[in-house]
Amino acid sequence: DPGQGGPASSRSLWSPWRLLPCEPWPLPQEPLTLPSPPAEQIRVKPDKTGVVTDGVKHSMNPFCEIAVEEAVRLKEKKLVKEVIAVSCGPVQCQETIRTALAMGADRGIHVEVPAAEADRVGPLQVARVLAKLAEREKVDLVLLGKQAIDDDCNQTGQMTAGLLDWPQGTFASQVTLEGAKLKVEREIDGGLETLRLKLPAVVTTDLRLNEPRYATLPNIMKAKKKKIEVIKASDLGVDLSSKLTVVSVEDPPQRTAGVKVETTEDLVAKLKEVGRI
Amino acid sequence: MSVPLAKLPCPAYRCLQTLKLNILPLCAARWSSTSVVPRITTHYTIYPRDKDKRWEGVSMERFAEEADVVIVGAGPAGLSAAVRLKQLAAEREKDIRVCLVEKAAQIGAHTLSGACLDPGAFKELFPDWKEKGAPLNTPVTEDRFGILTEKYRIPVPILPGLPMNNHGNYIVRLGHLVTWMGEQAEALGVEVYPGYAAAEVLFHEDGSVKGIATNDVGIQKDGAPKTTFERGLELHAKVTIFAEGCHGHLAKQLYKKFNLRADCDTQTYGIGLKEVGLDYQNPYLSPFREFQRWKHHPSIQPTLEGGKRIAYGARALNEGGFQSIPKLTFPGGLLIGCSPGFMNVPKIKGTHTAMKSGSLAAESIFSQLTNENLQSKTIGLHVTEYEDNLKKSWVWKELYSVRNIRPSCHGILGLYGGMIYTGIFYWILRGMEPWTLKHKGSDSAQLRPAKDCTPIEYPKPDGKISFDLLSSVALSGTNHEHDQPAHLTLKDDSIPVNRNLAVYDGPEQRFCPAGVYEFVPLEQGDGFRLQINAQNCVHCKTCDIKDPSQNINWVVPEGGGGPAYNGM
Repeated sequence: DPGQGGPASSRSLWSPWRLLPCEPWPLPQEPLTLPSPPAEQIRVKPDKTGVVTDGVKHSMNPFCEIAVEEAVRLKEKKLVKEVIAVSCGPVQCQETIRTALAMGADRGIHVEVPAAEADRVGPLQVARVLAKLAEREKVDLVLLGKQAIDDDCNQTGQMTAGLLDWPQGTFASQVTLEGAKLKVEREIDGGLETLRLKLPAVVTTDLRLNEPRYATLPNIMKAKKKKIEVIKASDLGVDLSSKLTVVSVEDPPQRTAGVKVETTEDLVAKLKEVGRI
Repeated sequence: MSVPLAKLPCPAYRCLQTLKLNILPLCAARWSSTSVVPRITTHYTIYPRDKDKRWEGVSMERFAEEADVVIVGAGPAGLSAAVRLKQLAAEREKDIRVCLVEKAAQIGAHTLSGACLDPGAFKELFPDWKEKGAPLNTPVTEDRFGILTEKYRIPVPILPGLPMNNHGNYIVRLGHLVTWMGEQAEALGVEVYPGYAAAEVLFHEDGSVKGIATNDVGIQKDGAPKTTFERGLELHAKVTIFAEGCHGHLAKQLYKKFNLRADCDTQTYGIGLKEVGLDYQNPYLSPFREFQRWKHHPSIQPTLEGGKRIAYGARALNEGGFQSIPKLTFPGGLLIGCSPGFMNVPKIKGTHTAMKSGSLAAESIFSQLTNENLQSKTIGLHVTEYEDNLKKSWVWKELYSVRNIRPSCHGILGLYGGMIYTGIFYWILRGMEPWTLKHKGSDSAQLRPAKDCTPIEYPKPDGKISFDLLSSVALSGTNHEHDQPAHLTLKDDSIPVNRNLAVYDGPEQRFCPAGVYEFVPLEQGDGFRLQINAQNCVHCKTCDIKDPSQNINWVVPEGGGGPAYNGM
């Protein structure tokens, strides 16, 4: 209740599950150089409508882990009463919500979307869901990862704030509660920008905000006793339809072999040859 | 004296080498204090934390949970045991708590196999497998067996009754089957915890096994604690089932502690890229490159042409068979599956026996747990009935009947001798001969010094049928949290360069199917150092098996790390 003095009793939400994609890595030129290999190899579906997700390990988006960690830390400092972890997607989301519960969230809400439709749920759809939930649960703070590492959209937080008409502090590298206001330090291209937001607000987290704790086994076991409410988007009155259609998804072009030249003259000649100059 | 070995004149070098090989421990201790051996190993199993200043004041307390049975490893054996325990519990209306820990991030992610499944044990465990949608979709329709020479193939008839006959079997993607079994286990109430590795065996004061502890998290690469450091969880049980698969790292400790290998042969292994035996002698051999070369064989290449490489993985498998089975039970625990090793080598199948061993273990444990008049001498229960029941089962008969086939290939006639032996003694006499041939000895002892062998010139990969190692490793999806101590630990950091490289030309840079071990030139001066790219590890265990100095000790990394196989 933001009207009272003292720490705002707030609850925070956090954002959707995402799958862990493959960051394309170049084949090394010298056979002995070993760059850090990516996680699960992702393949494009033969019908080019998307990537193969069957059997692929899904885990919490790293920026969302940071958001959950920040929420739990606020609760540990007694600045926040309750942390609710939210995810929007197919049934595998519940595992991710459990991880959030194991990190310290109090309860979870799973907005279930059938697997076949999950691909079409994008930032705007999720933002609609989060906005409705924020109102239903009467939260004071919505914390999300700045972007999901599968689509790199960086839109959900901003859209949620827009739909709620709440202030937003994105790319947060530091968050401090000052009474009924939130001081957010943001990482921007030019350096650091500090904002003061009136609560309720939406904050998206950047890498340097914190280092998330591990979800240890004793906490995973305790988390099994915490509640996860499963609802449908229609229960919130949210329409998940999208005006976007994916036309095709393709592999990036194969990297072709480079050519080494001996002298500058050769370089110029080669560039002229391929029509670059 | 800090002159790198490579610079010393020849006779002195050889003299020192002889000294080192004969008085190794003493020399190594002196050497590491005076020479410039860069520190490689930082893991606490080699450098204990109670003596490490950086750990002063860090709380090492662990929480503990009590279960009836704890199972290490969610492979076919571990899951069979878990499922069987819960099935029995439901039948007899008893409540038993079964916890299963698995180092892979999800069930099936570390499973790799051919696989051609003999479904007997599986169907016994899951009679309604078809209704439940178990992924047994491809029955075997045809079998072909042949011997490959350099360019040709000699077909060998598979007569019914020979172990290679696959009638009634299924081609399966074992990873998917294991994932399905995991779902069944969870539905029955087994507590399945993927992403948590069993790192330590716990003991009662009477010496019996008390349970296991999962891995600690939040340790830096150099061995110091991070702010996120947390101890693992202790899982206590009346009986702990160890189902770590081939060459498990906890099983390795248990063999020593309870002297379980006193009466059996050493285990010998193959590496499953395509069953390259690990008892090879030439240190220049690279199993990965042999596999690439094999794919180009005229009788193999046509099947692969036009295809696209979508996955890669590797795993050691045991080939010792009957002779290498250790004692299977000890106070507080027992071993099932490929960990002790029940693979029928000529049949190239171990999954069916692994599953059966898991079921039998469960049944034996259950009867002890529900026996009200049980008088156990130790706090951890010693379930000797498991070994007795296994010996009365078809698993034992099957392994006994094929026990001499592989050793018979080690005679003068080699593989042909083995085939003749199989024809007479297995096919006709069903393995009833009264003698049992022994194995040659451990795989790690088979390597001959590099100077006595010829380097092998491998053909370059063509990028269509054969491939280079690193792009293959990328396909395994393997990854580990980079800021943790390397889990490939060396008992002595100086041995890789001073012995393995010096005598055997560094076989670890060839036998590792993931490019973990590299000998890189020193930044200053001549000579090399070993670089361990622990992140690439696919948990195959070949290095722990084949290291001629037995200096490499594979321990479990932070849970969740390792390959990300999908239906392998």
